[in-house]
Amino acid sequence: MADATLVEAIDLALARAMQEDARVLVLGEDVGRDGGVFRATDGLLARFGPGRVLDTPLAEGAIAGLSVGLAAQGFRPVAEIQFMGFAYATIDQMLNHAARLRTRTRGRLSCPMVLRTPCGGGVHAPEHHSESGEACFTNIPGLRIVVPSSPRRGYGLLLAAIRDPDPVLFLEPTRLYRAMREPVSDDGTALPLDQCAILREGGDVALVGWGAVVREMLAAAQQLAEEGVAAEVIDVATLVPLDAASILASVGTTGRCVICHEAPLTAGFGAEIAAQLAGPGLLSLLAPVERVTGWDVVMPLPRLERHDMPSVARIVAAARRSLRHG
Amino acid sequence: MAQAADTKKRGKPRANASAGANSGLTRDEWLKAYRDMLLIRRFEEKAGQLYGMGLIGGFCHLYIGQEAVVVGMQMALGEGDEVITSYRDHGHMLATGMEARGVMAELTGRAGGYSHGKGGSMHMFSKEKNFFGGHGIVGAQVSLGAGLAFSNWYRGNDRVCVTYFGDGAANQGQVFESFNLANLMKLPAIFVIENNKYGMGTSVDRATASRDLSRNGAPWGMPGVAVDGMDVEAVHEAARAAVAHCRAGKGPYLLEIKTYRYRGHSMSDPGKYRTREEIQKMRSEHDCIEGARHRLEALGVSEAELKKIDDEVKAIVQEAADFAQSSPEPDPSELWTDILVEG
Ligand SMILES: Cc1ncc(C[n+]2csc(CCOP(=O)(O)OP(=O)(O)O)c2C)c(N)n1
Ligand SMILES: [Mg+2]
Repeated sequence: MADATLVEAIDLALARAMQEDARVLVLGEDVGRDGGVFRATDGLLARFGPGRVLDTPLAEGAIAGLSVGLAAQGFRPVAEIQFMGFAYATIDQMLNHAARLRTRTRGRLSCPMVLRTPCGGGVHAPEHHSESGEACFTNIPGLRIVVPSSPRRGYGLLLAAIRDPDPVLFLEPTRLYRAMREPVSDDGTALPLDQCAILREGGDVALVGWGAVVREMLAAAQQLAEEGVAAEVIDVATLVPLDAASILASVGTTGRCVICHEAPLTAGFGAEIAAQLAGPGLLSLLAPVERVTGWDVVMPLPRLERHDMPSVARIVAAARRSLRHG
Repeated sequence: MAQAADTKKRGKPRANASAGANSGLTRDEWLKAYRDMLLIRRFEEKAGQLYGMGLIGGFCHLYIGQEAVVVGMQMALGEGDEVITSYRDHGHMLATGMEARGVMAELTGRAGGYSHGKGGSMHMFSKEKNFFGGHGIVGAQVSLGAGLAFSNWYRGNDRVCVTYFGDGAANQGQVFESFNLANLMKLPAIFVIENNKYGMGTSVDRATASRDLSRNGAPWGMPGVAVDGMDVEAVHEAARAAVAHCRAGKGPYLLEIKTYRYRGHSMSDPGKYRTREEIQKMRSEHDCIEGARHRLEALGVSEAELKKIDDEVKAIVQEAADFAQSSPEPDPSELWTDILVEG
């Protein structure tokens, strides 16, 4: 088992999927000869050839549409969009076609495509290149949304996404790409979709989030542990369809919940989780639900970026606020 | 809409904007072109240095090699004409007369930058200079440019809008949508494809089936010409013809300006897609600034006169770099400004 970064783990999963299934194609801007802007598709062209690894022209709408067409014919296209800010141009195809093909054809056609894109801030890049735009896609029935929080989870979840018979938006936190290494066994084992992962158990407060901010949640849990508070860390992993049961079960024990995401607060996906807690979870709550998120602003340049990102300190403070109740 | 067109008369072409039979640059124009290109070159070299020192966050796409494009174009424009471009925009801003210090301070993310240190390299604007950005979404500025041209048409003034975009951007759908619209409405729009042969790591022949980008507007009847973008005089001549065409109310015009960027796409470009020799050949045989220098020498401009320009440019760039390092960081409260008008 070799150590890998997230970007290497993605590359491994892509190669594995292409190896095991000839229907898997990789396409996008600079994914072939250049191996992708982040090198997530490095080596694929040499190994699988230009018939299966396509450098496309600069045209995001067409990249998404082409993938829908391929998928409708049984291929398993994995398209890369260079940064999430350019994925907004794919929303028309993803919403009106990819997500609805199964319904519209009453199950006669399906759309087993994956749209991969780096997401999130913390890489000193400005807007377009630091977007946490998941909520623009979470309100689209028929589209699955998956976000890994580590190299190992990236490998297993991407394999699952490619094998899944429906369209998946796969969001790769840019700031995790090279932030850490961990052992990744390239044995083709997928991780389950549609399930939260409990990364740390604890009975006092639940910290719920996804993607890069999971690292801050784990650090916050460590800090809280030093204060004698046992925090449970829940990596949501698949936003849609949401595994609300796992979150409700955890809050059933803790009675307290801090939801964390980098995206802006208003109508961020945390609001859906809060609504679940205010509905079926209401009687378990011992304290108001806390949300630690980006502010309702456009991601600025790095000198202000750190003020926008949810920090360990903000998560710890929210947990403490929550614990003061009851 | 047809009615609006009838009631709005196009202004008369300006005297200085008509394409004369002999539209070569005068001695003074050569001096100005040289100075403006040199300013961009030295500015970009300095920006590259500051980036290397870790003073610039975000992205930084240098314009080195392409200076003749924007300088030749700008010299054919007049008061009130609009300019809009992509993220490779430092040269365009300097050419429109925006201050080097404000641009450099934006690169370093300081309060004194054109976007108060919140926008960075790709996102700066100047209403005074009619510079409408600096845009990071590749190709999107082309339809914005058509909209700016529409405003001129609607108001019946004689302004033109120049929209710059790259050979990679030229493949975006909305570029063709905008071409159609601009031709349908006969908008005073000059579309400039800065063909520097590569869109990031993909060469133009691997990215488009069009073998002649200057003909990309042909299906809509848009005139287009290919221009040597390493020769500021050639660019200027083509620009004058395009401007005259637009000001006369004849509709949009496409220029494919063939140019070359010497540096990487952005600062972290491994550059595997082209050879060192290719870059070296362009630099040594086609450099626009070297070309201008030779021309000035042939016109009898003295070494001392050229040295004076070099010194002036150097001083501007140094002052800009100093300002970009001494201007304060933006206050954290700036995070919440300019989202919506305060109610
Ligand atoms: C919609 C969109 N897709 C992709 C990108 C990433 N990207 C930035 S520049 C670029 C290449 C553009 O090439 P070209 O239009 O030729 O301009 P040049 O960089 O050569 O000036 C790409 C793919 C982007 N910024 N926006
Ligand atoms: Mg280009």
